[in-house]
Amino acid sequence: MSSSLLARTYANYEIKDGVAVIRINDPNSKVNTLSKPLQAEMTEILEEIWGNSAVKGAVLISSKPGSFIAGADLNMIQACKSAEEVTTLSQEGQKMFDKIEKSPIPIVAAINGSCLGGGLEFAIACQYRLATKSKKTVLGTPEVMLGLLPGAGGTQRLPKMLGIPAAFDMMLTGRNIRPDKAKKMGLVHQLVDPLGPGLKSPEEATIQYLETVAIEAAKNLANKKLSVKKEKGLVQKLQDMVMGLPFVRKQIYNMVTKKVMGQTKGLYPAPLKIIECVQTGIEKGTTAGSLAESVNFGNLAMTSESLALRGLYHGQVACKKNNFGSPARDVKNLAVLGAGLMGAGIAQVTVDKSVRTILKDTTVEGLTRGQQQVYKGLNDKTKKKAITSFQRDTTMSFLTGQLDYRGFDQADMVIEAVFEDLNVKHKVIKEVEAVIPPHCIFATNTSALPIKEIAAASKRPEKVIGMHYFSPVDKMQLLEIITTDKTSKDTTASAVAVGLKQGKIIIVVGDGPGFYTTRCLAAMLAEAVRVLQEGVGPKKLDALTKGLGFPVGGAALADEVGIDVAAHVAEDLGKALGSRFGGGNVEVLKTMVQKGYKGRKSGKGCYVYEKKSKDKKVNPGVEEILKNHKSCTDVQYRLLSRFVNESVLCLQEGILPDPVQGDIGAVFGLGFPPCLGGPFRFVDSFGADKLVQKMHRYEEVYGNQFSPCQLLLDHAKDSNKRFHK
Amino acid sequence: RFVFRMFVMTKTKKTLAKPNVKNIVLVDGVRTPFLLSGTSYSDLMPHDLGRGALQGLLNRTGVPKEIVDHIIYGIVIQEVKTSNVAREAALGAGFSDKTPAHTVTMACISSNQAMTSAVGLIAAGQCDVVVAGGVEFMSDVPIRHSRKMRKTMLSLNKAKTLGQRLSLLGSIRMGHLMPELPAVAEFSTAESMGHSADRLAAAFGVTRVEQDEYALRSHRLAKKAQDEGLLSDIISFQVPGKNIISADNGIRPTSMEQMGKLKPAFVKPHGTVTAANSSFLTDGASAVLIMSEEKALALGYKPKAYLRDFVYVSQDPKDQLLLGPTYATPKVLEKSGLTMEDIDVFEFHEAFAGQIVANLKAMDSDWFAQNCMGRKSKVGVPPMEKFNTWGGSLSLGHPFAATGCRLVTTVAHRLQKEGGQYGVVAACAAGGQVFLPKYTYAQLARADTEYSRGATVQVFLVHSFGLFSVHVLCMKMTMCKSVQKHF
Repeated sequence: MSSSLLARTYANYEIKDGVAVIRINDPNSKVNTLSKPLQAEMTEILEEIWGNSAVKGAVLISSKPGSFIAGADLNMIQACKSAEEVTTLSQEGQKMFDKIEKSPIPIVAAINGSCLGGGLEFAIACQYRLATKSKKTVLGTPEVMLGLLPGAGGTQRLPKMLGIPAAFDMMLTGRNIRPDKAKKMGLVHQLVDPLGPGLKSPEEATIQYLETVAIEAAKNLANKKLSVKKEKGLVQKLQDMVMGLPFVRKQIYNMVTKKVMGQTKGLYPAPLKIIECVQTGIEKGTTAGSLAESVNFGNLAMTSESLALRGLYHGQVACKKNNFGSPARDVKNLAVLGAGLMGAGIAQVTVDKSVRTILKDTTVEGLTRGQQQVYKGLNDKTKKKAITSFQRDTTMSFLTGQLDYRGFDQADMVIEAVFEDLNVKHKVIKEVEAVIPPHCIFATNTSALPIKEIAAASKRPEKVIGMHYFSPVDKMQLLEIITTDKTSKDTTASAVAVGLKQGKIIIVVGDGPGFYTTRCLAAMLAEAVRVLQEGVGPKKLDALTKGLGFPVGGAALADEVGIDVAAHVAEDLGKALGSRFGGGNVEVLKTMVQKGYKGRKSGKGCYVYEKKSKDKKVNPGVEEILKNHKSCTDVQYRLLSRFVNESVLCLQEGILPDPVQGDIGAVFGLGFPPCLGGPFRFVDSFGADKLVQKMHRYEEVYGNQFSPCQLLLDHAKDSNKRFHK
Repeated sequence: RFVFRMFVMTKTKKTLAKPNVKNIVLVDGVRTPFLLSGTSYSDLMPHDLGRGALQGLLNRTGVPKEIVDHIIYGIVIQEVKTSNVAREAALGAGFSDKTPAHTVTMACISSNQAMTSAVGLIAAGQCDVVVAGGVEFMSDVPIRHSRKMRKTMLSLNKAKTLGQRLSLLGSIRMGHLMPELPAVAEFSTAESMGHSADRLAAAFGVTRVEQDEYALRSHRLAKKAQDEGLLSDIISFQVPGKNIISADNGIRPTSMEQMGKLKPAFVKPHGTVTAANSSFLTDGASAVLIMSEEKALALGYKPKAYLRDFVYVSQDPKDQLLLGPTYATPKVLEKSGLTMEDIDVFEFHEAFAGQIVANLKAMDSDWFAQNCMGRKSKVGVPPMEKFNTWGGSLSLGHPFAATGCRLVTTVAHRLQKEGGQYGVVAACAAGGQVFLPKYTYAQLARADTEYSRGATVQVFLVHSFGLFSVHVLCMKMTMCKSVQKHF
């Protein structure tokens, strides 16, 4: 055994039994990224290894337990000023990986932890891949989610390795692939089990085991005991044969393009470019394909969409941190009041993290439904094999359903999700405060009632905080935390800690009617109702909103939120914030509620919801109502500008602490088009002056709902003012 | 050596008897020959083998059947026709039909559970004479109809009209006909025992060569013990209509070269656990006669050992499944005021060579003691010259629920033969040899044996049970209750 004398910073190697073990370890970060210095050191190391005739094989492994290589260094792209610069970056990566692919000795990638983006492209250039079955091991090409494409040979190698359909699926969705699936797809050759504690910690033991197995594989590859060529099955052979027909391939390109257009409405350029690169590579050869890849990569990096998506990525990372310090005590026992959709959802994401949770309701029926909801959520995961039935059962054991306040004396936090009525909330807060211990935090899950009004009934307002979850709680990533001027810092810290544990992306905003998210949504929905009254049907409205990039159309969204909730909020905010919240006639919503059209939950809203049919039918009853409320090309901007203006106003009023949280809240809580990056990013890229011009035009026609707020006017006057630097 | 003896002498003064608890003794123990499943026993049923062991015990001890207060028998893979196999076997073996019998199950330490239950009954003053044992019959296992088919068949019973019956019959599809085999994987972790053993071996850096060497040692020692006639707990078994079986048939000392040729059985291609270094699927039964000391002496018996103390521990079923012996050994020693050096005989159940070697390494590791056991320093390794010197489960075979009694009887015999004083039995319940059993818990049984002058020996039983919490079952507890608590 000998080791290289030259100690490097990002990667080092030692030679074990004729195999060079290259260990990657970025000293400055929790994860390894494919940065310029790492690439430089890696090139040096490879040259040394290739020049050493004693080395028969190599193993590439990370010394970090949770990360192989998590991707390319985004700052590297951020620092580029032009598309050409980014293209050069891509070409450098391509060159390096081409060399690895042509390596005279076998290189084994030993993957433990995240192997994403550039890291995956590195791995697939190697001759052999091993992956641990650890929970942290994921493979994938998430570039598309950042508005980019796999720019270091990924679009060229993946189709050859996995077949065209699987490669498209992987690159166009950017989804994470678990080790078992990766093995099945042919993305990795061999799996290694993670180990428990032995003579070392499980993490260390696992890495060492992986290394040992990888060295063995490298040796066997070198002496031809192990071959990477797999016997192809009949299905595979057939598929290859069919794919050999240019006509079939053309059909596939067309089909995939059509599907992408259907899903993205053409708002996202990256998926189309991925298809283009794959097509060029296959039809015109790898040289042409690689050139297309690097050029498109450079161009995409400069698009506003990629900028927006990358901004969201950074924002999301920022909103996964607790900026309020660690709370004085951990929440170990949590109680949720109200076993409705929200309450049960909150309970589900809490028990999921092994926190003892009481779910309390007032009726047996309500409680049963809520507990069933939690069970169903977990059971669905079991069906998808994400967890075992045993894990489902142990997770369920953390949940206690009850009708009384038993055990509340042990609660560290109570989250109430009872009916949105101030009197009910006051009654609940008094009841709860009589039974909870002094340190217990009272969080209220309201979507619109001001927290300070709820806290008015409390003896200890410093322990009261708003935690606004989004429905369905187990799917929606956002949690909006609302603090009043009396809420203590420790209470906030504790609420953020609980939210993070539940896996949420968190924004912390100030108190006020509708806080941040509800206010923006209400403004937009008010406009949506007006649009409906103008005679644009729900389907057309949805098509228009989706055309902007919203994942759910305006009418469908109202149904999801609940027409009753929307009516309630619209009326409350209208009262609190005045005519700015005008637009659509609240009576439309109220009449719908009276008729029982409460949205999806009641089976009828703007649409009729039937269990089996996929295609939603417009509710004819609603068409009738709209006819009775009769009161345009600009619909999209009317909707958008009201949303955006309200957001900027929230920042102006101090409800929002910063534009980043504003963007994150809008995108992750309300589905604001990700390609626009959030309302603030949108103002930056669209131009505040242009937006204000449009708004003034609408203001003349519709009134003060379109008056731009002062902050927006300031930005319009001075084009140097930007929300995001 | 002299110093050591002195030390033991001083220890002997401390009798390990407990105030206000009766002394409990092992009068004798027997077992049928252990055979590879699918060989000479293959046409029997589980209770047949149990009958053989129980009848053998009656014959060897000559215990008057009417004084037996209770019979407890263990089994893992249950034959549905004889769900209380204890009663079926006892009746067939000629025990009194007035003697109650019940069946216990606790994966591979089922007969240990039977013995500790017996100890509990005697300590509680409920019984004076108890027969305990266990049987496993892997030549035949229950293979069921699919759940869908069972549901249809049960509904058919209730169907009243011909039309209802026909429509039920018509609902049967191809999918209904798929049989349901006993689970390959553990219920809680979906991992097979062999797979778990392979990971455990890797976590402790146990090599393939170390495992093969240990397995070979087991086979060689077993062969030696067999040749020297040391396996005197075996009673002959007459297979009805066939020949008399009087020796184990799984002992096969080969060579490292032969063993090295085998491919890994569970983790492929880089695993280290193979068919040759794992215990094999076995048919067999065992039984012991346990009494209070005063009763035994009154009846004129010369008991073989005191059964003193036992501990059940349990750990994480995923990563620590097979590490029970490491956890339980120091516990029972500390409970009795003994140290590793005081023990003369170690009998550990050998589920896999990799598991035994991993346990030995764990006992020798300060890191493991400090980080996983909350101890200041390592447990210490049993000296190999005292360890499983008459072979073990790897070579003799491992009929799951019969192994515990074999271990305890062997400890008593070895102490007598070698003149030792204390013995320890440890067993982790590795249900999962190659493919069949679905039993998951890392369970472990141990007996500590103390020899005192004369012919009586004291045995401590120490068992560990592999789930989440650690519980020490104290002897005064009603055992039956604690069994229910586990399940």
